[in-house]
Amino acid sequence: MIQQKKSSKANLIFILGLLVLIFVLEQVIPSSSMLLTVIKKSAIYALAAVSMNLLNGFTGLFSLGQAGFMLIGAYVYGILNIPVADRAAVYQYFDGGVIQFSIVDGLQGVLGSAVGLILGVLLSLIIAGLVAGVFAYLIGLPVLRFRGDYLAVATLGFAEIIRAFFQWDVLGPVTNGSNLLRKFANLDDFNIVSGGRVAVHLSTTVLVLIVVACILVITLIINSTYGRAFKAIRDDEVAAEAMGINLARHKMLSFVISAFFAGVAGGLLAMYQTTVQAMPFKTAMTYEILLIVVIGGIGSVTGSCISAFIFVGASEWWLRFLDMEKYNIGGLNILRPGFRKVVFSVAIMIIVLFFRKGIMGESELNIAGLGRWLKRVFTKKKAAPAAAEEGKNHG
Amino acid sequence: MQWITNNLPYLLAGISVGGQYALIAIGYTMVYGILRLINFAHGDIFMAAGLIMVYASASMPFYLSIPLVLVLTVLLGFAVERVAYKPLRQAPRMSVMISAIGVSYLIQNVALYVTGGLSQQYPNIPWLSDTVVVFGAMTKRVTLITPVLTLILIVLLVLLINRTKIGMGMRAVSKDFETSLLMGIKIDNVISVTFIIGSFLAAVGSLLFFTNYTGVTPTVGAMPGLKAFVAAVFGGIGSVPGAVIGAFIIGICENIIKALGWTTFSDAFTFALLILILIFKPTGLFGEKTTDKV
Repeated sequence: MIQQKKSSKANLIFILGLLVLIFVLEQVIPSSSMLLTVIKKSAIYALAAVSMNLLNGFTGLFSLGQAGFMLIGAYVYGILNIPVADRAAVYQYFDGGVIQFSIVDGLQGVLGSAVGLILGVLLSLIIAGLVAGVFAYLIGLPVLRFRGDYLAVATLGFAEIIRAFFQWDVLGPVTNGSNLLRKFANLDDFNIVSGGRVAVHLSTTVLVLIVVACILVITLIINSTYGRAFKAIRDDEVAAEAMGINLARHKMLSFVISAFFAGVAGGLLAMYQTTVQAMPFKTAMTYEILLIVVIGGIGSVTGSCISAFIFVGASEWWLRFLDMEKYNIGGLNILRPGFRKVVFSVAIMIIVLFFRKGIMGESELNIAGLGRWLKRVFTKKKAAPAAAEEGKNHG
Repeated sequence: MQWITNNLPYLLAGISVGGQYALIAIGYTMVYGILRLINFAHGDIFMAAGLIMVYASASMPFYLSIPLVLVLTVLLGFAVERVAYKPLRQAPRMSVMISAIGVSYLIQNVALYVTGGLSQQYPNIPWLSDTVVVFGAMTKRVTLITPVLTLILIVLLVLLINRTKIGMGMRAVSKDFETSLLMGIKIDNVISVTFIIGSFLAAVGSLLFFTNYTGVTPTVGAMPGLKAFVAAVFGGIGSVPGAVIGAFIIGICENIIKALGWTTFSDAFTFALLILILIFKPTGLFGEKTTDKV
């Protein structure tokens, strides 16, 4: 028990250290740098992956609807935060739309610009999550009764239906049809500006802070009695039911919580991209998130976070050179746009086929544990030559 | 008469699309019947067949390129099974499904690389894409050929399943995987033949499908693939006639919805149908009842 407390304290200190590091990085390197882009995008994907992991890894429900819930979150966030003055321009084909308020702007009018921005963004993210959760509840009513594979296809289907629904012309006054939503409060609004230039960069830190808070909440849920019930359902439904776990209720709970955080991730994605459109929230997006979960280890929260960083980093940054024709060696003309994705998907297939446990398996990264492990490795190294010496003497 | 002339094209298109879905759906339903795996890569194999045709027809006459497409697609399906699914025979079913998703992602990315992300123009196959007039309605000949060809292929397939030794093996494996292994059935061969048949039919389906739709993009296979899967579920997964009937129903309904002007929802309808059938008759129209064993 004492050790557990110690290790969670060490983990918290590690996370704080990480946040401070990101804050310092953001001040030092230019804001257009690839590293910051990757940190931002991977933080969002990490949240989406952890929310999917809660469902697929911890409850054993193979659901493929994550992109749909993220789409809902992104749209809700966008719709609620377009300034009233800009609505006519954004909803130019729908007479300015029907919604004529903006949460962030409204709160900023009452509470002042900084407090209003923070509260407004948090409130809209929570609403985004709640709306996604309500949709998940309605979808879950029929869908959660299905067996494994049917659940996968039904949720996939619902994600597609949601996408069609949001692009529907009739809903245009609310969703802007298939046109872009834009001009809402985004991450750059958090940067503190003085005298026409940015004094303190905060966009990345704020985003990572929100993501860390969400993932901590998910971890708390996983470690609660509910979390234990989820794991029991995953391991054996029949046995779990025999132990008095209400299957339908817990499955629904897990589904709704997962959708809530997917919705928040969608809202954050909207903030990061500064625009929202239904098109990119395709099945391929769900697949990418699923692959992040698989690479990190199904049933490992820290695994999902690490693999989100590696996945986004590799696909956006480190493998870029594979797309550039100038790096071709000799007369070969292999490297051209698209090759990066081929290499990347081959690597994923190798992981899926031969390293089925992913990076972390089902275990978590634990700083105190890592320290102990390092200590053991070092003492072993010291012990090994000594043992060898002894062996020689005996010989 | 005017009414018929106005609406017949939609009905004909529906029957034709239904036939094309049927050819894809058989691949899903047979693989699911035997491996209990939703082969997410099947739609992409269908797309790959389209791409192979685009590149093959650019350099050789049709009497060579069409057989080449069939052979290469079959090889692709066979290779996918051997490389991505066979090593996971003992693994949990979720891993196999993830592997299928990985293969789908891989095939799409390879297609993206090869095409450079541009939509490729599908060649006009001379006889198939000629225009014909039926009851005053203009349509391509392929629309009329599809249902006929589909039915012929399905009759042949049903004969294969019911009358040959390998067909008997398929039926046995789909009934009980372990027992048929004990009875000396070469399971790997049976599974390979299943994938070969599925890919062959998907290749035929792609020849017919793209003659009407002309543009091949890397993600073009995903939607027909999912719809064909829904058709397979609708008809009762594992049942070949069920998949065919389901595919025709979906193809016709979809085109009726388009005729009514609800094009946005023609895809959504398919999934709504899936959810309805799973709620009210989870085993599909012709599926067998399964019970959970503790």
